[in-house]
Amino acid sequence: MRSFQYSRPSSLTAAAGEMGGLLAQDPDAPAAYLAGGTTLLDLMKLDVARPERVIDLSALRGELGHVHPGATELRLGAFARMAEVAAHPGVIADYPVIAQSLALAASAQLRNMASLGGNVLQRTRCSYFRDPSWAACNKRTPGSGCAALGGVNRAHAVLGTSEHCIATYPGDFAQALLALDATLVLAGPQGSRTLPFGSLHQLPAATPHRETTLLPGELITEFVIPARAWTRRSLYLKVRDRESYEFAVASAAVALDLDGDVVREARIALGGVATIPWRAHGAEDALRGLTLTETLAWTAAENAFAAARPQTHNAFKIDLGQAALMRALLQAASLEIRP
Amino acid sequence: MTEVRFTVNGTAQCVEVEPRLTLADMLREECGLTGTHLGCEHGVCGACTVLMDGLPVRSCLVFGVQAEGAEIRTVEGLAAADGTLNVLQRAFQAQHGLQCGFCTPGFLMLATWLLEQKEGVDEARLREVLASNLCRCTGYQNILAAVRVAAQEIRVWREG
Ligand SMILES: Cc1cc2nc3c(=O)[nH]c(=O)nc-3n(C[C@H](O)[C@H](O)[C@H](O)COP(=O)(O)OP(=O)(O)OC[C@H]3O[C@@H](n4cnc5c(N)ncnc54)[C@H](O)[C@@H]3O)c2cc1C
Ligand code: SF4
Ligand code: FES
Ligand code: FES
Repeated sequence: MRSFQYSRPSSLTAAAGEMGGLLAQDPDAPAAYLAGGTTLLDLMKLDVARPERVIDLSALRGELGHVHPGATELRLGAFARMAEVAAHPGVIADYPVIAQSLALAASAQLRNMASLGGNVLQRTRCSYFRDPSWAACNKRTPGSGCAALGGVNRAHAVLGTSEHCIATYPGDFAQALLALDATLVLAGPQGSRTLPFGSLHQLPAATPHRETTLLPGELITEFVIPARAWTRRSLYLKVRDRESYEFAVASAAVALDLDGDVVREARIALGGVATIPWRAHGAEDALRGLTLTETLAWTAAENAFAAARPQTHNAFKIDLGQAALMRALLQAASLEIRP
Repeated sequence: MTEVRFTVNGTAQCVEVEPRLTLADMLREECGLTGTHLGCEHGVCGACTVLMDGLPVRSCLVFGVQAEGAEIRTVEGLAAADGTLNVLQRAFQAQHGLQCGFCTPGFLMLATWLLEQKEGVDEARLREVLASNLCRCTGYQNILAAVRVAAQEIRVWREG
């Protein structure tokens, strides 16, 4: 691994200030924040990430590591450990899709180190991106092409792709946040603001190297998840190549508000199949106001994948994704919700 | 170089390391504790599992400098000072929970944490947690058996 300079600021203000100082001298300063390190350190070992300065945010776990499930909203500090949130009784009971998406991700050891903020910003597992001996990767080296387009692309996306990049967004938690209309609280050298979670990730389009709308040096400090009529009837269904400890091949985060069997409101986000956490608005519209049957769930699932564009090896993800969504909807409908 | 102060198996350590050194390499090279093994070096196999402030982590994906102020426990801390194996280590031996032994330190540390959980261990939890680590020799059944037997012996096993 390449050498780098290391610092551990003691507060949010100090961290943002340090990064702001570096960016003021050089807007392209090769500096990176470090939370748990399970993505960054991995990519540094692979020589995909090459920061010359690493700003360790460990000290912020005290200030921003909270897990506060309330009656009207759930507030999660960006530096809370995945494991802590997944095991929190209040989150499991009242925001089940959040707890499940975290519990089904990675392994026990990774969930102990990894933070929520780092989780939503993890990079794709595209094997060409992760291996610099492949010259062509627009995400790693803008303008170099895409080795996956004509290569082995079983793991790649069918939704939200472009002719420049077809890499899958690998995380699980993001789908839960998207389905529950979460908001991000951000802080940075330019001050603080909030951002709907759905506006964080950017489609690859012609600039796959630009993955988020965060401003230079901006930090995620908190996730705010509102409690709505559909929040408790929510779940995360993850299909993997083996039963545990794998990234999603296809997944669905769903939340339903039912009046008897009739869908008052539905929230659907898909994982493993798209280039960004994927909100399936069309499928939600297809359900609203109608009685939830197997046929209706299938119609919604077909709708969710209507725009899918398969590559050489991943057409199966359309069938699998549809089946996963249908099963998730029917399972959510059959949940016993205590008053 | 950055100074890191931490404890390993209860002993205070102070080392000067390059920030790019991983916790695994820091333990092996600076502290001479080579019981912690490195398999994949990318967070996949779990061979490098150690306990950091009571929680199992993959030491190949942690920088040594991130251990500042931490309490680290490694496989060297399991046996008694005179070398007598602890309950879990004896169970691995008796149940043939190892063949080449490369994955064993990681499994021992992961299982050590599991057995210390206040809610106890049942079959589902056992399988869920141990699925975190890879073993290319045993086929896993004897590793599961070893941890099950140890859990029964220290009375934290729950049927059902
Ligand atoms: C073998 C393996 C299997 C995995 N399986 C899964 C899985 O099944 N599902 C899943 O969802 N994930 C999986 N992961 C990914 C893992 O969950 C992420 O690596 C982890 O969540 C990242 O969190 P971190 O705190 O370690 O991030 P870091 O590595 O510290 O940071 C990641 C990135 O985010 C930036 N960053 C971190 N925090 C902030 C912040 N608050 N504000 C702004 N920027 C920030 C960093 O600069 C860095 O670029 C797996 C990882 C491995 C190695
Ligand atoms: S799919 Fe995207 S990340 Fe993968 S090689 Fe192509 S450009 Fe790179
Ligand atoms: S060596 Fe750390 S997980 Fe494999
Ligand atoms: S005993 Fe050889 S890898 Fe597990």
